[in-house]
Amino acid sequence: MSARAGNHKGPLLEVRDLHAGVAEVEILKGLDLTVNLGEVHAIMGPNGSGKSTLANVLAGKPEYKVTAGEVIYEGSNLLKLTPDRRALDGIFLAFQYPVELPGVREREFMKTALDAIREHRGLEKLSVREFNKLFQEKIAQMEMSPDLVKRSVNEGFSGGEKKRNEILQLAVLEPKLALLDETDSGLDIDALKIVADGVNKLRGPSRAIVIVTHYQRILDYIKPDFVHVLIDGRIVRSGGPELALELEAKGYEWIKEAVESGERLSV
Amino acid sequence: MPHALATPDSYLTDFRTFETNLPDEGPDWIREVRQQALARFRELGFPTARRGNEKWKYTNVGPIADATFSYPFDAGAEVSLSDIRSVAPWDDGWATVVFVNGRYSPALSTIVALDGVQVTNLEEAVRADGDVIERHLARHATYEDDGFTALNTAFLRDGAFVHVPEGESLQSPLHLIFVTAEGAEPGVSYPRTLIVAGARSELTVIESYVSLSSSRYLTDAVTEIVVGDGAQVEHYKLLLESEGAFHVAVSRVHQGEDSVFSSTFYARGAAIARNDIQVLLDAPGSSCTLNGLYMTSGSQHIDNYINIEHAKPHGTSRLFYKGILDGESKAVFGGTVLVRPGADKTDAHQEDKNLLLSEKAEVASKPSLEIYADDVKCGHGATAGTIAEDAIFYMRSRGLDLETATAFLIKGFASGILDKVRVQPLRAFLEKLTTKALWGSRFGQAS
Ligand SMILES: Nc1ncnc2c1ncn2[C@@H]1O[C@H](COP(=O)(O)OP(=O)(O)OP(=O)(O)O)[C@@H](O)[C@H]1O
Ligand SMILES: [Mg+2]
Repeated sequence: MSARAGNHKGPLLEVRDLHAGVAEVEILKGLDLTVNLGEVHAIMGPNGSGKSTLANVLAGKPEYKVTAGEVIYEGSNLLKLTPDRRALDGIFLAFQYPVELPGVREREFMKTALDAIREHRGLEKLSVREFNKLFQEKIAQMEMSPDLVKRSVNEGFSGGEKKRNEILQLAVLEPKLALLDETDSGLDIDALKIVADGVNKLRGPSRAIVIVTHYQRILDYIKPDFVHVLIDGRIVRSGGPELALELEAKGYEWIKEAVESGERLSV
Repeated sequence: MPHALATPDSYLTDFRTFETNLPDEGPDWIREVRQQALARFRELGFPTARRGNEKWKYTNVGPIADATFSYPFDAGAEVSLSDIRSVAPWDDGWATVVFVNGRYSPALSTIVALDGVQVTNLEEAVRADGDVIERHLARHATYEDDGFTALNTAFLRDGAFVHVPEGESLQSPLHLIFVTAEGAEPGVSYPRTLIVAGARSELTVIESYVSLSSSRYLTDAVTEIVVGDGAQVEHYKLLLESEGAFHVAVSRVHQGEDSVFSSTFYARGAAIARNDIQVLLDAPGSSCTLNGLYMTSGSQHIDNYINIEHAKPHGTSRLFYKGILDGESKAVFGGTVLVRPGADKTDAHQEDKNLLLSEKAEVASKPSLEIYADDVKCGHGATAGTIAEDAIFYMRSRGLDLETATAFLIKGFASGILDKVRVQPLRAFLEKLTTKALWGSRFGQAS
């Protein structure tokens, strides 16, 4: 099944000249990105530049259509896989706007998800008792109220509680590629630290993390290896952590200008 | 154009046979009630959906009126307890009264330690001619304006009679099971239930309509419930008839001062089902909660017609129904919350929510309010929606396949009603049944 995954030697994720959008509107306009195991990437960019679209396309949201380019995950075409198959293969998206699931209990939801993922990886399902222990640990680690997870998933959660719940799910499911879409937005300072700790615990040679954010703040806690600037559907600049500091200080205008003049020059 | 359906002769012939075979003993008034009811049925016939008949606007009973159902309905049918337990909820702690094809079955009934509460077959209770019976039987479910009630009343014989005297309470639930067994030909049964809860008494009662048959038959049921002053009655009704069956039921509830009535209706089966409930809050301070969950698929049709009448001040009513519709099925939700002049400080809310799993499923949901009193708090709402695609994607992004994600969401929708079932073994039974029904109709697999 996923035997090839273990043997694969190249990058974990390669996005090449990706064009995608909805209906007639192109949102991603030739995007390139390469992510290797063990790396942490930050993607920054103005509102509406296509960051969530990229994350959603990678997770397989059906409303986005890819019109050109390719996405290679563990050496094979990701785009032909269903969203659930991508999750089984180790992709996890922490949503910018987590969805409420009325009447669905977090524990049952996560147990079902973990069972499916473990089965796919050729591992035994956890017993109810083992799962409950694991789940309890992760809840404690995220410093979440146990009452919260007794409610329907995300229903009536505050903005910050929803974000924290995404990281709880991330911690339970232990994916290979974690895409965090503005997980830091809406978190207070204490929660930000807890969430960052949760992510840092998962950092390691067998995992890669892509963080979409508007703020330098979270990058103080989760130090990225690479920072990319996404403007108008393309990654226009990449660098190290210092690029995030520069953006924080100067905004996006200078990059936009540099890109435009660069383009004019190249014409 | 409006064609009044003729009263099929078969019912009149059946009545003559029925009457001749009745035992001689018993009071005269019951004979009169039966005869008057039959006379009224001859005049009314079956209802038609003709213009102006708001009560039956969305349901065509033609298939019932045009069919012939034999009576008595195969009274000799062999049914065992394990047959019943395979289709109905069960708990050894519950007192159980079983009716097979409309006839009381003493052999299958287990009436254990009943704390001074009277539970008998209606026929015996009528023969004993208690004052409670005469005061209440056929007084709340009036047959003057309803053909099905008239027909049921004409054939009034077996049924459940439950009387909880003042101040008494039944500790564990009472289970009334109306089971239809396979008959030689399509038959009709007329289940009848009278529940009288005296002042400050408490009772939990489950009415289950189940089937061991896959064929076509008619259940024409009438239930009367009297909730005395300060009494608390928790009522459950399970409509689990066969897919080919017709089930037409009327429930009439009369509430006394400061009484509390709660009812949960769960429907899964029947080709055509009619759930007509009318609650009269006839004294100050009474409250009722009516919950319901109906699941339809194929070409099933269910008609919920629910009326709540606030006649006196300080009453509270809550109605919360949910429907899950698949295939080409159709659900109707109608009825009115009526707040009579003088019923001030009434607090009423009714809501019907539907989940449509198929493009061809249809819902006509028309809750309404009529308010003639002052200082009232009333609201109502009806919705029909489809499975939320965002929620499906969210769940799939965690590794759940499409079918599992869909099942989670549908179960989640149903849990809004099932979570409120307070009798634990019953809730477990209904949850399992809901999942099974879902997998059966949606995904064509065993659960
Ligand atoms: N489903 C959709 N239908 C129509 N337009 C869409 C859809 N999804 C995204 N867009 C548009 O595509 C553009 C990029 O949206 P996207 O959500 O990817 O931006 P973003 O970079 O994540 O912005 P933000 O920082 O505000 O979260 C926006 O103009 C948005 O309105
Ligand atoms: Mg976004």
